Amino acid sequence: MREVWAILPDLGDKLAAHVVLSASAIGLAMLIALPLAVWAGRSQVVARLALSLASLVQTVPALALLALFFPLLLSLRAVFGEGLPTLGFLPALMALTLYALLPILRNAVTAQANLDPGVLEAADGVGMTRWQKLTLVEAPLAAPFIMAGIRTASVWTIGAATLATTIGQPSLGDPIFAGLQTQNWALVLAGCLVSAGLALAADNLLWVIEVGLDRRARWMTFGGMAVVALGISAALWGQGTERGERPIVIAAKQFSEQYILAQAIGARLEEEGYRVEYRDGLGSAVVHSALASSSIDIAIDYTGTIWANFMKRKDNPGREAMYRTITEWEARENKVRVLGRLGFENAYAFAMREDRARDLGVASLADLVAVGPRLTVGGDPEFFERPEWIAVRDAYGLRFGRTRNFAPTFMYSALASGEADVISAYTSDGRIAADRLVVLADPKGALPSYDALLMLSPRIAGDEGVVAALRPMLGAISVEAMREANYAVDREDAGKLTPKQAAEQLARKAGF
Amino acid sequence: MTTPPPLLRFAAVTYRFGAVTAVGGVSCDIAQGSFVALVGASGSGKSTLLKTVNTLVRPSEGRVLFGGEDVSALPPARLRRRVGYVFQSIGLFPHMSVAENIAIGPRLTGEKLPGERIAELLELVELDPVFARRMPDELSGGQRQRVGVARALAGGPELLIMDEPFGALDPLTRDALSRKVRELHETLGLTTVMVTHDMAEALLLADRVLVMDSGKLVADETPRALLAGAGGAVAQRLASVPREQAERLAALEGLGEKRG
Repeated sequence: MREVWAILPDLGDKLAAHVVLSASAIGLAMLIALPLAVWAGRSQVVARLALSLASLVQTVPALALLALFFPLLLSLRAVFGEGLPTLGFLPALMALTLYALLPILRNAVTAQANLDPGVLEAADGVGMTRWQKLTLVEAPLAAPFIMAGIRTASVWTIGAATLATTIGQPSLGDPIFAGLQTQNWALVLAGCLVSAGLALAADNLLWVIEVGLDRRARWMTFGGMAVVALGISAALWGQGTERGERPIVIAAKQFSEQYILAQAIGARLEEEGYRVEYRDGLGSAVVHSALASSSIDIAIDYTGTIWANFMKRKDNPGREAMYRTITEWEARENKVRVLGRLGFENAYAFAMREDRARDLGVASLADLVAVGPRLTVGGDPEFFERPEWIAVRDAYGLRFGRTRNFAPTFMYSALASGEADVISAYTSDGRIAADRLVVLADPKGALPSYDALLMLSPRIAGDEGVVAALRPMLGAISVEAMREANYAVDREDAGKLTPKQAAEQLARKAGF
Repeated sequence: MTTPPPLLRFAAVTYRFGAVTAVGGVSCDIAQGSFVALVGASGSGKSTLLKTVNTLVRPSEGRVLFGGEDVSALPPARLRRRVGYVFQSIGLFPHMSVAENIAIGPRLTGEKLPGERIAELLELVELDPVFARRMPDELSGGQRQRVGVARALAGGPELLIMDEPFGALDPLTRDALSRKVRELHETLGLTTVMVTHDMAEALLLADRVLVMDSGKLVADETPRALLAGAGGAVAQRLASVPREQAERLAALEGLGEKRG
């Protein structure tokens, strides 16, 4: 528990970003929902249409909704130009706003429909115009119900905003996602505590306003509003201190190696006086497009990933040829500069427990063909959609009884507990050696190579200072060194390190 | 004898919604200073006709003239200030105090009603001025309708239109308030049109009774003439109810005298 308390003070900027994002989304949702509700009050068709659309949005998982805005904004660049951000605040704001619409809209429409018809007749009878009727009668009478809707929306939004991390918007999801990937439970707990605390605080404050409106107790209404305004201003001010030229943004995908390397890169750049920022926990596809659009500046990617997923190539020309072709392709197609290879490979490989492999008599992928239908194969969430899997499956004619998805860190536990018989492991993963797993041979060469590449966005591709700072890392990291660093972060005993500590150790041992 | 010019004129007023004709070509004049009751069964079109006066209902055909002007040509806010409206569900604004409720009409036209005027209006409807600060949910049904009447009078109207104003009140309150309204009609020099389904109320309060049936005006008589048998079948069927009740009550009373 003491570890959790130690983390809390460092979450200030995440909290500020979280508050600003949530408040903006709720504010925007109100701006859309309230006029829409007024319109819906005048037209049955609009009411039904608006409510069904808002309900439809709710059926989309928040994570998917957030991710969907990335390709949407990317395609909108054709209209609005290259300046349109595709990651970070804008897509997060749009997705959360859509999410917050329903409770506000539904309560506002219901409140309007349930107004006493006698009161509305009186409003006409004394000669009110439509506008006067709305502002003097309908709005004040519906206000407590609308406020209840805003309360619900706030709690939902503050919760869902933690998912904004996955599309590169800093939020209280950062410690949660980072903690989940590196099995740092104190970090997860700290993030959850702060976001739950924020949701509770918002809920109670808005409740005070709601009661104030209902009982016509102005001091409660205005007091509550003042505290809300104060909180948002404090968050804005907290964020505002970090203005100026954009720092160099270093991305990390959702596994330990990426967190460690991002920290190592960041440390080198900071040593040279650069300001850096981290975007952790991004999806693999997001990282590649975000780099090309300079939404992020530095990323580590792998030759096989780019080859199969983005260049859509199915052949395997060999390690060197693949590297050269990718470097040229990235420069030509995306204006992305492949600075070089870090030295190690993080290839996909199929791994099994030693005893299980022995019992089944499996040593290579070819041996799996016979026993596959009796086995369960585990992969990371994207694995079974990736072309590498399809290539291997088709090359050997593999069929498994069951396929299951696990977060990368949990795949090894699943193997240990027997919930999976074979997993898609990574060759740089320290747990292969630590758990004494058997890596199955690939006699047909169906899996491509996965050299780790250091890549720069078009924005900083020509920055020789950055290049000079990072050059010592090229070719410096052996697969053994990377495995050791990864294992230091992934292990759960006393030797566990944070990604930052592991990065420092790696830098010392690799000599950069 | 000179007849005063009509304050209100219905000229062939028709109101249809869909296939239903709620009001079918009603024409009549309401003289200044008169107290007219509009009587009929439910669905006879009397409320709809009444609402064409303050344009809550816009006629499909025909015109309503108020002081010689077509009401549809007048700005609604100004028209409704000159036409006080009292109706059965009262419709006090629950989020406003009694004083704010009474002052709402003038406030809409930019006038702030002073406290003395609100106290005066409360006294007119026999409520203590301390009621000004209360909220509607602290009042009884009768008190609320008194505030409703005060609100209708706040703008200094020339015409008072009332739609079943005492329908939801208990008999004692109903009697007291209806007498009060008749008295205000006299002292303030109002012209009043009251819709009711209760012929007894109409006969006792009004000096002219209009009877509607299926959207048409079927009788236009004084209470005395109606009681004497004029006005036709529909009017007489409505008038027979209070008449018979009165006779039966009188008979009961006679019986009591004989016993005593």
